[in-house]
Amino acid sequence: MKSHRWNPYLVGVLIGVLSVLTFSLADKPIGISTGIAQAAGACAMPVMGSEGVAANTYWAKKAVPAWDYGSLFVLGTLFGALVSAVVSGSFKLESVPTMWRERFGSSVLKRMAAAFLGGAGLIFGARLADGCTSGHGISGALQLAVSSWTFFIVMFASGIVTAFILFRRNSKA
Amino acid sequence: MHTTLAFISGPNLLWAGLLFGFVFGVLLHRGGVTDYNVIVRQFLFRDFTVLKVMFTAIVVGGVGLFVLHGQELTNWHIKPATMLAVVLGAVLFGIGMVIYGYCPGTGVAAIGAGKLDALAGFFGMIVGGIAYAFSYDWIAANILPVADLGKKRLPELSTLPEWVWYAGLVVMAGVVFALVARFEKTSPKS
Repeated sequence: MKSHRWNPYLVGVLIGVLSVLTFSLADKPIGISTGIAQAAGACAMPVMGSEGVAANTYWAKKAVPAWDYGSLFVLGTLFGALVSAVVSGSFKLESVPTMWRERFGSSVLKRMAAAFLGGAGLIFGARLADGCTSGHGISGALQLAVSSWTFFIVMFASGIVTAFILFRRNSKA
Repeated sequence: MHTTLAFISGPNLLWAGLLFGFVFGVLLHRGGVTDYNVIVRQFLFRDFTVLKVMFTAIVVGGVGLFVLHGQELTNWHIKPATMLAVVLGAVLFGIGMVIYGYCPGTGVAAIGAGKLDALAGFFGMIVGGIAYAFSYDWIAANILPVADLGKKRLPELSTLPEWVWYAGLVVMAGVVFALVARFEKTSPKS
């Protein structure tokens, strides 16, 4: 089950090296949530039209829906994990994770609805803070940015409180 | 400022984005952080994989960049410390991360690993992104300017030299890893 996993310290070292490379070779930090906001703009286009999307300040200035370094990085992340999962034989379709099932039951609909809502709150928070676990948590924290360490600490505290409220009674897991 | 090593630019940046992202995706999957259980258990202090991966990356990348920046081989990319927005965003992010069970990067990677709930959450992220774009004008006028400290770095808050901060970071990581190792030894494997 754990066979595809490498030592977490090794993975951390390699992500650190990767960020040194992206900074020095491409003058770009590692980041994900801007790319997702760009994708959101692309998804709004069929409904709002490209003029409608371009008229929005955020999509016009902060997260332009187009294929650029940032949005392709997100696509690359998807492919990288897919290839890694297939190659290591750990690719497996799964809807309800173990811990969720033990606590909230095996309803697929319930899990999907929660994931959907959680994802929506997650990205709204990431955009409000101007970064996520990648942009703030790794790229910003390693530059000793005030914003990023604030994000890191508050995010962890908020996650701990949420996790204990949701999973406290889940004594088995 | 253009730096000497930054030879990737223009259209090549697109390929670099795809390639760097690919490596990132492989590493997230191999690190085990594309797993809902691993992430949620971090917040319950039952699994320290997330902390190990992130802190090692911060230390290695941080010291690496500190050296490169000293040689003028990289630029800083500091996000503004719009404190109210950062704190509110981080609170929302922490709640969302536990319910979704992934962060944006590990969520995207988890889709690649076959997690269908991660895909449902991706659609949620799209909707959240649209909601943010619609709220942006109001947020930019009312939230972002509150307690805006600008693009500040921690070393600017004191008179200590920069290297002291990085030395402190290394020591802090060492202490955290030692504590985690001790904790993992004493607490029964759950």
